[in-house]
Amino acid sequence: MLEQILFWLLAGGAILTAAMVVLPPVGRNPLYGALSLILSFFFISGLYVLLVAHVMAVLQVLVYAGAIMVLFIFVIMLLNLSDKELGQSRKTTAQFIGVLAVSAIAVKAIMVVSSATGSKALMAADAGFGTVDGLADLLFRQFLFPFELVSILLLVAVIGAVVLAKRRLT
Amino acid sequence: MSMGELILWGLVKFVCIVLGWVMLVATVLTLMERKQSAAMQNRVGPNRALIFGKKFPLSAFLGQILADALKVLFKEDYEPVNGNKWLHRIAPALGLIPAMLMWLVIPFGPGPPPGVEGHHWFQMADLNVGIIFIFAIASMSVYGATIGAWASNSAFSLLGGLRTAAQMISYEVTLGLSLVGIFMIYGSVQLNDIIWAQGDMAWGIVTQPLAFVLFMVAAVAETKRAPFDLPEAESELAAGYFTEYSSMRFAVFSLGEFIGIVAVAAIAACVFLGGWQIPWVETPLLADGTVDYGWLTVAQVAIFLVKMVFIIWLQMQIRWTLPRFRYDQLMKLGWVYLLPLAIFNLVITALVMYVLR
Repeated sequence: MLEQILFWLLAGGAILTAAMVVLPPVGRNPLYGALSLILSFFFISGLYVLLVAHVMAVLQVLVYAGAIMVLFIFVIMLLNLSDKELGQSRKTTAQFIGVLAVSAIAVKAIMVVSSATGSKALMAADAGFGTVDGLADLLFRQFLFPFELVSILLLVAVIGAVVLAKRRLT
Repeated sequence: MSMGELILWGLVKFVCIVLGWVMLVATVLTLMERKQSAAMQNRVGPNRALIFGKKFPLSAFLGQILADALKVLFKEDYEPVNGNKWLHRIAPALGLIPAMLMWLVIPFGPGPPPGVEGHHWFQMADLNVGIIFIFAIASMSVYGATIGAWASNSAFSLLGGLRTAAQMISYEVTLGLSLVGIFMIYGSVQLNDIIWAQGDMAWGIVTQPLAFVLFMVAAVAETKRAPFDLPEAESELAAGYFTEYSSMRFAVFSLGEFIGIVAVAAIAACVFLGGWQIPWVETPLLADGTVDYGWLTVAQVAIFLVKMVFIIWLQMQIRWTLPRFRYDQLMKLGWVYLLPLAIFNLVITALVMYVLR
């Protein structure tokens, strides 16, 4: 029962704050948008805690809310745009397509979840699930090869970023 | 233990640890800081606020602390005219809350040894993610300064906020990486396990001397203290990110900063100085493997606090010895020297562990 209440609170909060990132009263100002995105990450982190994925929850806060969003806020503050520079908000085709895509994904997700059958026994997590040891076992034993592949992909991205940043503008 | 009891004990421990000890140390630190700076600069320091005349040995200390507190409480709480009122108001709280939350996973005394079930009486929450939680919370503390700076609508504040964001991001990486070697050697990220392992093996400062230096440098930078105090460099930026703050809000900002200093000292004491372990003293165990609490436990808690105060003293000594870095030197130190050194330390640790295995 408590879990149900917490889930609805967290899920509702996550969706509400995520919508606030782009919707006019708050999303008009990029800094407010970024702040509500941070709040949204916290709600998602709470959802991870409900799923017993503790490491994921902490990493969500550490990486997204703590590191990436600080960079976002840094850039927004550096530009420090005034209301005049931000201009009037207007409806574009890209926004329309975005709304369509989000609704399609939402409908599909609801269909998949409601059609899912299976007993609770199947959904029970192993002992040690979501702990540091459990996650390390998954990453470094069971899925070592995909993990290394992702690492190389990230390394390539880092090198690409450095090359782009170092390019002399002529 | 039932859910209700867990919450009750958690609250009791929170009040005892955060309000009883951490706040106390942070308050005393505000005075000690000034006394220490005076000693290092050959001055007397604050000596005018006395209670009960000079009869009472600590009257100068208590009087000054009381005078400071009363002063910040009764000053005018100024709000910048064109700033953002609400963000300006909540920013000090955003700085204070993460500093207090860091204490959730810091053990003040012996808990159950690794692998033994039991209640940890000297730690608020025995989280499995341990020190990663501290890093996650510490990475939040940057928002108080940056948002407060932005909401102040002042060029000095904004520059200070930008410097804070850049500095914290740069040194967070080194701070985290310097501890990975410790995790590898002691085989856990939970502070309780790390401290227990330091009783069997050497302290972290012996097994990872380079990591200790890196951690201390990054920790001083994370707490925004000289020589890394560019976010609030008084000779360039008035007071940096809290230029537009006065009264209690200013005090909350600096309280958060002081609590952060104590927290960093506690982490360093746990990870590198053996936490509550007393050298050559075995912790007595009961038949079921849990700790036999007694007078030795009191000594262990006391020794932990002594180690913590030592690290705080070290930080203060650094603060009043070195001049401030230039901004490009700060970035160069972080990314060009400290980060590669931290990775080098990691590789060497891995190699040595592989050879010794």
